Amino acid sequence: MAEFVMPSLGADMEAGTLVEWLKKPGDAVKRGDIIAVVETQKGAIEIEVFEDGVLDAYLVELGAKVPVGTALAVIRGDGDVPAAPKAATPEPVAPAKPDVETVVPEAASAPVTLPPVGAPVAPSGRLRITPAARRLVAEKGIDPATLTGTGPDGAICLADVEGAKSGVPAKPASEQPRTGGFDMGAMRDAIAAAMARSKREIPHYYLSHRSDLTAAEAFVAGRNAGKPPEDRILIAALFVKAVAKALKKYKEFNGHYENGAFRPGESVHIGMAINIRGGGLVAPAIHDAQDLDLDTVMDKTRDLVARVRAGRFRAKELSDPTITVSSLGERGVEALFGVIYPPQVAIVGIGAPVVRPWVVEGQVVPRSTVTLTLAADHRVSDGHRGGLFLSSIDKHLQEPEKL
Amino acid sequence: MSEDRTEAALRQELHRIAPDMEIEDIDREGDLREEFDIDSMDFLNLVSALSKSLGITMPEEDYDQMGSYDAMLAYLKAHTS
Repeated sequence: MAEFVMPSLGADMEAGTLVEWLKKPGDAVKRGDIIAVVETQKGAIEIEVFEDGVLDAYLVELGAKVPVGTALAVIRGDGDVPAAPKAATPEPVAPAKPDVETVVPEAASAPVTLPPVGAPVAPSGRLRITPAARRLVAEKGIDPATLTGTGPDGAICLADVEGAKSGVPAKPASEQPRTGGFDMGAMRDAIAAAMARSKREIPHYYLSHRSDLTAAEAFVAGRNAGKPPEDRILIAALFVKAVAKALKKYKEFNGHYENGAFRPGESVHIGMAINIRGGGLVAPAIHDAQDLDLDTVMDKTRDLVARVRAGRFRAKELSDPTITVSSLGERGVEALFGVIYPPQVAIVGIGAPVVRPWVVEGQVVPRSTVTLTLAADHRVSDGHRGGLFLSSIDKHLQEPEKL
Repeated sequence: MSEDRTEAALRQELHRIAPDMEIEDIDREGDLREEFDIDSMDFLNLVSALSKSLGITMPEEDYDQMGSYDAMLAYLKAHTS
C-alpha cells in the first residue's frame, strides 16, 4: 500500500491544488502513468505515479489546495489486499508521513531555530509555518504567533510575514492576472522566491568564453537542407548536447546541493529555460540528455516548448533538472549571466550569435560567434574547473558531427 | 490558392503562436520575430505549420526572405500561385 502524495516541484513550491483526476478508484496504474493534474504557481502540472498497482481510494477532494507531501490517494500494490474501511483502522490519524507543516525541505545551509511559541497552534501541536516564512520570522525577530496564516489550513507563508513587516495584509495570488494557464502573479512570486534564495545562499562565480559557431552552423544547415520543417533541428539542440557531453567529465556541475553537501546527478537532466509569453519562465528538464541523439533532443525540446506554451507540463520535468541551460536564441544581446536555480549548482548561458572579426590562421575573417557563460556554485567547484568545463563545451561545438 | 486564403493562413498560424498580438498593431515591415516576440522554435513551428497548410517546402535557405510580415506574405504568395 502506498500513498500518492503532492510532489514538490522545486524549492519554491509549498502547496498545490488538485484540479483533475485521470484515474478512478479501481483503475490499474503503472509506474509513470499520469494520474492527476495539479495547479501550481507554475501552471497545471501532470503528476505521475511511481509504482504499479491499483488506485484504491482518493484522499483529497477535487479543488482542494494542499501542502507538498500531503497524501492524495492510496495506491494498492499488486500483492496488497483492498483497504479496510476507515473505521476499522485502529491507528491514530496522524500517519508517519513527512512533516506536513514543514512543507518544503530546506537546505541545512540556513539553519534556523523556530522561536518557542505559545499561542495559536495547529491541532498537531505545532505552529503551521512554511520554512521560508519561518526563516524570515527569525531574521526579523517577529513572533509568528502574532501572524495570521493565509496558506493551506491557515499555515503562515512567506507573504504573511512580509505583509506583517509592511503592515499590509498579504494579497491572495488568485487576484493576479492569468495568461494561458499561468497565474502570472504567482509565477513572479515563485521566481522571486527561488532567485532570492539562490542569491542569498549560493556563492556564484561567473566565467565567460567566446566560441566560433561556424562549424555548428554549417552542420545544422547541411543537416536541414532538403528536409521538411518538422524534421529540421535548431542549433539549440547542439548546445544541449555539447553541455551534456562536457558534463561527462566535469561532474561537479551536474547535480544538487542539499543539506550542506553536493550530490552529483546520476544522469544529466538539462533544464531548458523557456520564457513564457507575457512574462515569467520555467526550466523543465530534458531527461538523460547524455544518451539522446540530436534529433531526439530536438523532438523533446519542441515538445517541451509546445507544452510550456500551453501551460501544461509534468511534475518530474520541473523537479529534477540537474543543471540549467539558458539560451537567448537568435535575438537579443550577446551574453547572459544566469542565476543558479537551487538546489542546482550551475547554469550555462548562451548569448545570441554575433558575427565579429575572428583570427583564423593569421587572417582576420568574419565569423559567427557565440558567448558562452557559466555561473556556478563556489561551494562545489572552483573557477579553474569551471573554465575547463566551459572550454570543453566549446570544443564539442567545434565537432558537431560527433555530438 | 487565392491571395486571401494565403494571408488568412499566415494570420491564423501567427495567432496560434502569438495569441496576444494583433496584426493591426504591428509594423508589417518590421522584423517578424521582434514584432511578434517569437523565438527560433516558434519560428520553426510557424514555418512547419505554413508549409503543411499551404503545401510548400519553405527551405531554410529562404528564411531571409521571410524577415517581416509583408516579406513572409510576399514569399508565400509567390510560392503558392
